[in-house]
Amino acid sequence: MHDRLQGAKGGGATVSLRRELMAVDERQQRRRSAARSVEAPERPRPKKRPAPPPARPSGDALIAFHDVSKLYEGADVGLKEASFSVMRGEWSFLVGPTGSGKSTIMKLLIKEIDLTSGSITVAGKPLADIARHRVPYYRRNIGVVFQDFKLLPGRTVYENVAYALQVTGQRRSEIRAKVPDILRLTGLSTKLHNYPEQLSGGEQQRVSIARAFVNHPPLLLCDEPTGNLDPETSIGIMQLLYRINRTGTTILVATHDNQMVDKMRRRVIQLENGRIVRDEATGLYARDESTKEFAARLRGEGPRGGPDLG
Amino acid sequence: MRLGFFIREATRSLKRNAAPSFAAVATVLVTILVLGIFIPIVQATTVATDEVRGRLLLNVYLKTDASDTDVERVRRLIAEQTPNIKSVEYVSKRDAYLEQKRRNPTAYELLGRNPLPDTLRITPSDPDGINAIRDALTPLTPSGARTTIDPAIDEVRNRREDTDKIIRGTNVVKLTMALLAGLLIAASILLIANTIRLSVFSRRREVEVMKLVGATDWFIRWPFVLEGVLVGALGGVLAVGLLGVAKVAFVDPLTESFSLIAAPETLNFPLLVLILLGASVGVSALGSGISLRRFLRV
Repeated sequence: MHDRLQGAKGGGATVSLRRELMAVDERQQRRRSAARSVEAPERPRPKKRPAPPPARPSGDALIAFHDVSKLYEGADVGLKEASFSVMRGEWSFLVGPTGSGKSTIMKLLIKEIDLTSGSITVAGKPLADIARHRVPYYRRNIGVVFQDFKLLPGRTVYENVAYALQVTGQRRSEIRAKVPDILRLTGLSTKLHNYPEQLSGGEQQRVSIARAFVNHPPLLLCDEPTGNLDPETSIGIMQLLYRINRTGTTILVATHDNQMVDKMRRRVIQLENGRIVRDEATGLYARDESTKEFAARLRGEGPRGGPDLG
Repeated sequence: MRLGFFIREATRSLKRNAAPSFAAVATVLVTILVLGIFIPIVQATTVATDEVRGRLLLNVYLKTDASDTDVERVRRLIAEQTPNIKSVEYVSKRDAYLEQKRRNPTAYELLGRNPLPDTLRITPSDPDGINAIRDALTPLTPSGARTTIDPAIDEVRNRREDTDKIIRGTNVVKLTMALLAGLLIAASILLIANTIRLSVFSRRREVEVMKLVGATDWFIRWPFVLEGVLVGALGGVLAVGLLGVAKVAFVDPLTESFSLIAAPETLNFPLLVLILLGASVGVSALGSGISLRRFLRV
């Protein structure tokens, strides 16, 4: 799985920023592969090729916020002097009540809105330097997943995912190669020709993740990805995101599902009224575990067979 | 690939917005029909008016007792003293009588004698200067009456009054048609703008997704522009088809009896078709442009 993702990544690099990100990713992968052979941890499923350990923060930051403030019109505060950075390959949660600034951070990152003061750099490049007409090309390096999925009705699962490739001008042959691949990864191979209306909430979210990740962007933003889903389905979604994270993709998840956050034991950035009140880049990282173990832990169980989607 | 994608997207949203699209197509059709009738009519009337103006004459009526020497003198006077003369034709009493008798035999039979004077018929080189010639031959006195520069001249008259009526009449026709065409063009633009606005609204999810995954601004805009142009082109093609049928069915049989329609200066049909199709596409592109500017924030 992981090897295939890497292969597809290498082929799709079009933008210099992206190429740069790729290069770093590949370096990390090589480093990790080397480490793996030494550690040689036991795998629960010997059939599968051993997956690399979860990406740990490496030396350089992918996202860096420096004293970022965002004031909306009418003096609404979106974000107040927020400073944090996210390492490549890191998994971070943004938590906080509604209106605390989680979505503002997401919108700032995709350059949907502009900041009032401070600076944001992504992959070492200040966002302010990206010209208005270059923004679409910048966005191709970021996958975005929303609570309400934002799927297109009247188009099948396949068409929905292919749409993201079509509108960025990719060739038909590329689309034919990439879409079935990503649908297999997200466990939707059998739902190819279904319409979104015919799918459950969890399946719809999988489609939207497939669409966000089909280009293998180095950064995946998830705004309340499990907000509309029941706990069990949410675990499935988190498992899928975890699998994507393990390929080296940086993941930023905004949520107010505190239980989930506690169980995941990943970095937590807590926001209140636009201020960062807690940033636990703790050493609480769970040991290197398979997606199955991961899911079991989320359910609060011992190691036991859950629905594996690989 | 891209063009195919744009066309697919455009037709998809045309189907989804069938009603407003139909309204826009119908309006473009009517507009182009009116333009298609208006342009040849304006051309034909312009040609006709010019012809009438070209035929403007000034009649210098001499006194009934004028002798041949008087005629010669007046003729010389005209040639020497007035500008803007193309030609002067002498119509004798007898010629005038024969001409009138030929047109209206019974009336002149009853008359029994010739009441007509000798006439010098002046063709001006510029129709607009006709009044200057008249003033030169019969200057106005301070009291407002007219005198003549030669005692043999009885009266100088032209048919300007009649031509003025023709020119005024054709101008009214032109003005109404232009007004109607202008209103219809405005209506077409607005209706196409409305169609595109509805299309933008109904495709807002697509637009949102396109923006999220990094489609360029023009990639997002093209399907809408294409949709507007398709609507316009459809209306235009239908209108041109109808005009073609009308031409074959009604105008062509009439060309033998009406010189106006056959006037060689009017546009030939292929050129007219080209102009009309260009107009329909232009109108629809303008309409789409207005809507995209106002409603598609990319």
